[in-house]
Amino acid sequence: MKTSFFIWLGGLILSLVLCPLLPGVVNKVKAQMVGSQGASIWQLYYDLFKLFRKGSVYSHTSTWILPLAPLVSLAAMLIGMLFIPFAFTDSPFACQGDVVLFFYLLGLGRMLSVLAALDTGSSFAGMGASREMQFSTLTEIGIFCIVAFLVLMTGHFSLSGLLNGFGTSAWSFSAAAMLLVAVAFFIVLLSENCRVPFDDPDTHLELTMIHEAMILDYGGPDLGLIHYAAALKLWLFASIWVLILLPADVFRGLLGLLVYLAAQLLVGVLLGVTESVTARFRFLKVPQILLSVPSLSLIAIILLLVFK
Amino acid sequence: MNDLIEILLLCFLLCSFLLTCSSRLLHCIKLVAVQGILLGLLPLVLSDVGNSGPGLGILFLSIINVVIKGAVLPYLLIRTMHQAQVRRELEPMVGYALSSLLALLLIGGAFWFSRQLDGTGPVASRLAAPVAFSTILIGLFLIISRRKALTQVLGFLTFENGIALFGVGMMLEHGAIIELGILLDVFVLVFVMGIAVFQISREFQHIDADRLNSLRDCPKESAAE
Repeated sequence: MKTSFFIWLGGLILSLVLCPLLPGVVNKVKAQMVGSQGASIWQLYYDLFKLFRKGSVYSHTSTWILPLAPLVSLAAMLIGMLFIPFAFTDSPFACQGDVVLFFYLLGLGRMLSVLAALDTGSSFAGMGASREMQFSTLTEIGIFCIVAFLVLMTGHFSLSGLLNGFGTSAWSFSAAAMLLVAVAFFIVLLSENCRVPFDDPDTHLELTMIHEAMILDYGGPDLGLIHYAAALKLWLFASIWVLILLPADVFRGLLGLLVYLAAQLLVGVLLGVTESVTARFRFLKVPQILLSVPSLSLIAIILLLVFK
Repeated sequence: MNDLIEILLLCFLLCSFLLTCSSRLLHCIKLVAVQGILLGLLPLVLSDVGNSGPGLGILFLSIINVVIKGAVLPYLLIRTMHQAQVRRELEPMVGYALSSLLALLLIGGAFWFSRQLDGTGPVASRLAAPVAFSTILIGLFLIISRRKALTQVLGFLTFENGIALFGVGMMLEHGAIIELGILLDVFVLVFVMGIAVFQISREFQHIDADRLNSLRDCPKESAAE
């Protein structure tokens, strides 16, 4: 019990420290795929260091919501990550239904950043906010269909139980359903973190941006907080995906921690490859793709019910 | 080996599901081709479960199936598509998001229906019957919900794939002979439809099948006279 707590704590602290590495890995892989050198994988650390030394400038039309939003979204994410079972060990804060709390804490952060985007009065930010809300509403349906599948499969209702509640037997028992859910959650990961088929984090054209358009008015430490929160969000979603994919009963203790970190880096590489080989979808097409997530997970649920 | 069957069947189901939500005709044709190839592979996988290895007849059937459904039919369809100069189904009767939801309902219904059947006799996999029914239903749905004649042919092919899958999955006796007969029918159908679609598009500059309703024996003007 004691060691598993320390492993979990190690996972938590390493996540906080290493999460800016993940976008770095993604960008490095993308650069390598197109044959260029690319920025160092530590680039986001340099950016954060630079931003935190700067001062902030706020527009005269904005109110107190603008500086509040980055703080709240990061704080909500920090609370939410306490429920994640890092490195295959149950979180000490796990309780019934914390999975709902986790996703709605992220939702709280998103609500505040959307309000802040509207607060700036910039038309681009408003457009970004509108798109962000439209897509995240559709993603939410998908997320809860996936959660429903996991609840049906494991019988638990806490995030730790959901992600650690099945072992290798789940894969031999219903490999097909697990594959479907893995694909579905990967789509959720891409869309929630504004990755390429849905939004381009590198674009500099306001008309096509979603998340980036919302944060156009930020600078200095606030922008640093937003970048850090985005990296942390990517890391958390990647963690959940890794924990869904890998059975919990094989990797125990320190081995679990190492496998977990290696898997996170692999997810970064996979994301980089995915972003290099896919083009951005048209906006009209995005809701259609997002609706395929609940479809896939509902098919998975049907399969699970057939085999039970 | 059992898992391999289920994964093949699942890919089969996913292909038919994706058919309802993709607008590009080339993409749809490829999906149907993949379905045909999966269908050809299934008997090979199945025969490993029962006997020591696939018999000559099964091997022959597989090869014929893969060649016709995976190569010849798609080639004919793609040629027709180029001749008729259509690339995508632009205005289906039912929108794509709604289609995929309806397809999901159909899949659910098929699973429910095949639960009601009492399973006596050998069955390849518990998934075989529901996947076959879903594919049949989705094929019928495509036929009634799309305008372009080419997509309707694709719907018919999907429908036929479903029936063939049912035959394979239920391990029907003399399935091979029936299968060959159906294959011949389908081949002829696609061939004829290809010519028909080409003629329609040359006459009317479109292949919207629902507008064929306006064709009458005698036009209204002459009837009034």
